[in-house]
Amino acid sequence: MDTQEKLLEMEHITKKFPGVVALRDVQFALRRGEIHALLGENGAGKSTLIKVLTGVFERDGGDIFLEGRAVSPQSPQAAQNMGISTVYQEVNLCPNLSVAENVYIGREPGSAGRIDWKTINRKAAELLSRFDLHIDVTQNLDRYSVAVQQMVAIARAVDISAKVLILDEPTSSLTAVEVRKLFEIMRMLKARGMGIIFVTHFLDQVYEVSDTITVLRGGEYVCSSPTAELPKMQLVARMIGKEYEDLESRPSSSLADRGKRDLFLRLQGAASAQISHVDIDIQKGEVLGFSGLLGSGRSEIARLIFGVDPIVTGGLEIGGRKTAVKEPITAMRAGIGFCPENRKSEGIVGELSVRENIMLALQAKQGMLRAMSRRQSEKLADEYIEALSIKTPSREQSIHNLSGGNQQKVILARWLATAPDLLMLDEPTRGIDIGTKAEIQKLVTKLAGEGMSLVFISSEVDEMVRCCGRMVILRDKKLVGELTGEEISEDMIVKYMAGGEQFEPKTETIQ
Amino acid sequence: MSGAIQKKPGNRNISLLITTLLFFVLFGAGSLAYDRFFSLSTFLNLFNDNAYLIIVAIGVTFVLLTGGIDISVASTLAFTCVFSAHLLRLGVPPVVVIPLVLLIGLGVGLLMGYLIQTFHLQPFIVTLAGQFFMRGFCAVISTNSIPITDTFYKYMALGKVSIGKGKLYYYVFFALVVLAAAYYTLRFTRFGRGVYAVGGSEQSAVLMGLPVTRIKIAVYAISGFCAALAGVVFSFYTLAGYSLQNMGLEMDAISSAVIGGTLLSGGVGSVIGTTFGALIQGVIQTIVTYQNLNTWWTKVTIAALLCVFIVIQRGIALRAERRKSG
Ligand SMILES: Nc1ncnc2c1ncn2[C@@H]1O[C@H](COP(=O)(O)OP(=O)(O)OP(=O)(O)O)[C@@H](O)[C@H]1O
Ligand SMILES: [Mg+2]
Repeated sequence: MDTQEKLLEMEHITKKFPGVVALRDVQFALRRGEIHALLGENGAGKSTLIKVLTGVFERDGGDIFLEGRAVSPQSPQAAQNMGISTVYQEVNLCPNLSVAENVYIGREPGSAGRIDWKTINRKAAELLSRFDLHIDVTQNLDRYSVAVQQMVAIARAVDISAKVLILDEPTSSLTAVEVRKLFEIMRMLKARGMGIIFVTHFLDQVYEVSDTITVLRGGEYVCSSPTAELPKMQLVARMIGKEYEDLESRPSSSLADRGKRDLFLRLQGAASAQISHVDIDIQKGEVLGFSGLLGSGRSEIARLIFGVDPIVTGGLEIGGRKTAVKEPITAMRAGIGFCPENRKSEGIVGELSVRENIMLALQAKQGMLRAMSRRQSEKLADEYIEALSIKTPSREQSIHNLSGGNQQKVILARWLATAPDLLMLDEPTRGIDIGTKAEIQKLVTKLAGEGMSLVFISSEVDEMVRCCGRMVILRDKKLVGELTGEEISEDMIVKYMAGGEQFEPKTETIQ
Repeated sequence: MSGAIQKKPGNRNISLLITTLLFFVLFGAGSLAYDRFFSLSTFLNLFNDNAYLIIVAIGVTFVLLTGGIDISVASTLAFTCVFSAHLLRLGVPPVVVIPLVLLIGLGVGLLMGYLIQTFHLQPFIVTLAGQFFMRGFCAVISTNSIPITDTFYKYMALGKVSIGKGKLYYYVFFALVVLAAAYYTLRFTRFGRGVYAVGGSEQSAVLMGLPVTRIKIAVYAISGFCAALAGVVFSFYTLAGYSLQNMGLEMDAISSAVIGGTLLSGGVGSVIGTTFGALIQGVIQTIVTYQNLNTWWTKVTIAALLCVFIVIQRGIALRAERRKSG
């Protein structure tokens, strides 16, 4: 502590929103050359602390010292000028501008007020290639995937040669390879003496990369400790405020074999513009997992079933009858629900309340004219706020005032509320804290027990193992394997995903 | 990692291409249908008759790019004409009148931008108030048409350069200068790029540390200034100021921008497109005149064109999207 000088100190920080005290007397200290993990449940106040620091929100009390001097940035621009560079949790780039411009906007090189596009494009390409990102930087940002956009945002923040770098859940939409690259760069910046604040819900990543951990709970400071001195179980206990044993346990119901089940949905040689020739059967009351790397085709199958990408050839049978699903509303009427992966940009209607956001899909399914009684909708909303522990002062709060993770829970609740026969969940626990993650996993097995079919898609293999009763594995947009019950293990999944001679599919058709 | 998923086509250039093509197709159609239509002079007259519209539309484009709207411009233009005519009649020299009216236009825009930004008001409502306010002031000054007899104005009204068989009036150069300046600003200055960023995602622009408040106020000031400058050009053009002048011009300006490929949701568009959009309206006007139709046919045609154009634009974007993903 003595040798490493304090770079940033925040003391007695308080921030109130109408109806919520988001931060109460919080302290935080960052040293030079340190990667500091800021942890806590959804709604604990992590993003708020960051936004207070960078002048997005005005604080109600407390002091901030940067290199020993008291500072009060009034805007992100001011914070940036003081040497605090940030990647916020929400999307913070402009989709209509080129990749290169997104990296350099606001600090374009050039002389006499004239922007030098050649230099910008060249420098942006150079910068991104350090992240192993070899893309055409003159194209609009929205032509690229969310993962690429996330990397561009990070590259921009890193390039603003700052003293403090803040990354608020930067890894939530990155693949393992990209995460490794990001960590490499973070370590390099750390060696240069930069202080890095890192927010994530992936505890493995915390132990891999961070030096120090600070935990917040319910807007209050809990503890701060070197990472090496805080074992995982203790950390989780600090985060959720109680001991937590069954974190690793596997819900027993997923293993129980309930004999032969009825068929709910059958895809036969189905193809959309995105994926070709899939044969899949989904039975009533099972949790079927789609495993595979990002881009392996796992989301594409769900999109095909839900009518987002219409079926071009092949057949879809629901409940034994041939059905043409041309658009999502047809799928919804046929009893299918789909909670998409990209919830950051899709699905949140910011001005509406939590209750209205939960009711949205149910309303659409029933038809706009068949109104639900207010009482009914309030009851339903309260049920899901409880079940998913959505942290909100009231069900009438606008959803954009919720923390990032709690917004995700609302979208999840929206699809659960439609009580479909088949519910497809694409990365349902992304950005969601560890306690609620386990709750969601339990909920999934419980719903299956009650007869609902579920499709579960997740990049976290251990979560897949815990939830799924059956699993198909995809590679390069093809089904390459299937595992049932006890066969499902991390080793097997990883082997299939990586591929190799001995793991070619046994049969062409996967049942 | 280079295998990034491509999601949407860059349809910004496609729109501009369609607009330009449409302009030449219309011009060609006119040339085929009418004998003396195809000539340099018809082409140059498009600029002579629409210089003021081009200026207003370029100003409005700045506002539209940020995702806002300004419907006060026609009134500002009319006010500029009436007030200039009034001052000139009182004997105030043009060197005072012209800077003064330009400042008023700038000031009114600045004020509206300030109100919209600081009190989070709807741009539509604020600029509607601005519209009534300025139009009201016109009538307060005079409800009759005031002729302009000032020598400088007369000089500007008649002064022209000959190009081949055609002629270009001096005041057209105002429009060309505005076009060049606007193009440069939007393409090569930080402010200009900030305008696009705000239109793309205002929240992101704030978080990236751009001076969003200043940008959003400035675009209304620019729009007000352009409207006033268009007023000056219009008084050269007509040598009169009348309180009911150019009713509904704001919609012509906005439709020029939209035909030129500007999205009302902000973030996409260009002033070159807007200029072609204004010229397209000019061609239709000319064809309608040649055909000896009621001038309302211009409005009808433009309305139809606007619908068709938006549908075509959308269709092409969708097709390209499908082709990409296929
Ligand atoms: N703009 C706002 N208006 C009102 N309340 C807000 C606002 N932003 C955040 N809150 C509240 O402040 C609390 C802390 O939110 P914050 O976004 O800091 O959580 P977080 O720790 O980042 O959670 P997550 O892991 O879900 O991102 C939450 O209860 C949230 O509802
Ligand atoms: Mg957060």
